[in-house]
Amino acid sequence: MDSSSDYSLHHPKWHRDQKPIFWWIRRWVYICFIAREMTSVAVAYSAVLLVLLYRALQSGPEAYTELMACLSHPAMIVINVFALLAVLYHSITWFNLSPKAMVVRLGRWRVPDLMIAGGNYAAWFVISAVITWAYLAG
Amino acid sequence: MNKSNDPFWWTLFGAGGAMAAMLVPILLFLAGVATPLGWIEAPSYASISAVMMHPIARIAAFSLISLSFFHWAHRFRFTLYDGLQLKHLFQLIAVVCYGGAFAGSLFAAWVLL
Repeated sequence: MDSSSDYSLHHPKWHRDQKPIFWWIRRWVYICFIAREMTSVAVAYSAVLLVLLYRALQSGPEAYTELMACLSHPAMIVINVFALLAVLYHSITWFNLSPKAMVVRLGRWRVPDLMIAGGNYAAWFVISAVITWAYLAG
Repeated sequence: MNKSNDPFWWTLFGAGGAMAAMLVPILLFLAGVATPLGWIEAPSYASISAVMMHPIARIAAFSLISLSFFHWAHRFRFTLYDGLQLKHLFQLIAVVCYGGAFAGSLFAAWVLL
């Protein structure tokens, strides 16, 4: 920069949109969006629990009893209730969005959104019933 | 992270999201809430082992676990990117998220398979 460029002091600043970190808190739909994205943390957490269950099952009956005792700790129950609410929110938003992600056509007929979402909910119900039956049979 | 990789990650994200949506709420409700609260009795070690250790159950559980991790990685990555405006850390976030999912899957494979 040479000495004759005094006017460069008045060089305009680049305009950049500065978005605050918590921009999404301003509107309810944005909060719902971030909440939906954060359900993925609960999904991963549940997967970790399932790994721990397998580890306990492979270690033997004592480890299994120990894990179930750990899950009965009040703090764990609170965490798991919140995780359950989150994964339920995940399932519901997932099934409601699936017709938009997956358009099914039979010939010229487009299967209505409601039928695709309904099929998802029906499958969800049947799968949940089967797992409950298997769990209670033990 | 190359843009052309996105369909690959999105497929893992979608498969994990669908599988978790179907299976996780009931599993978490039974084992994480209903049993600890005493609403239902915990299955005996012998019976739960018989079901869960079956090769088909183990493959299904491994798929669920691994795809759930990749589902998390993809969503969490874009939540950090868009939600927290960490655009300058794009590459680092992608490596940590997918790397974490990969490491978690390896560990799950070692335990389950």
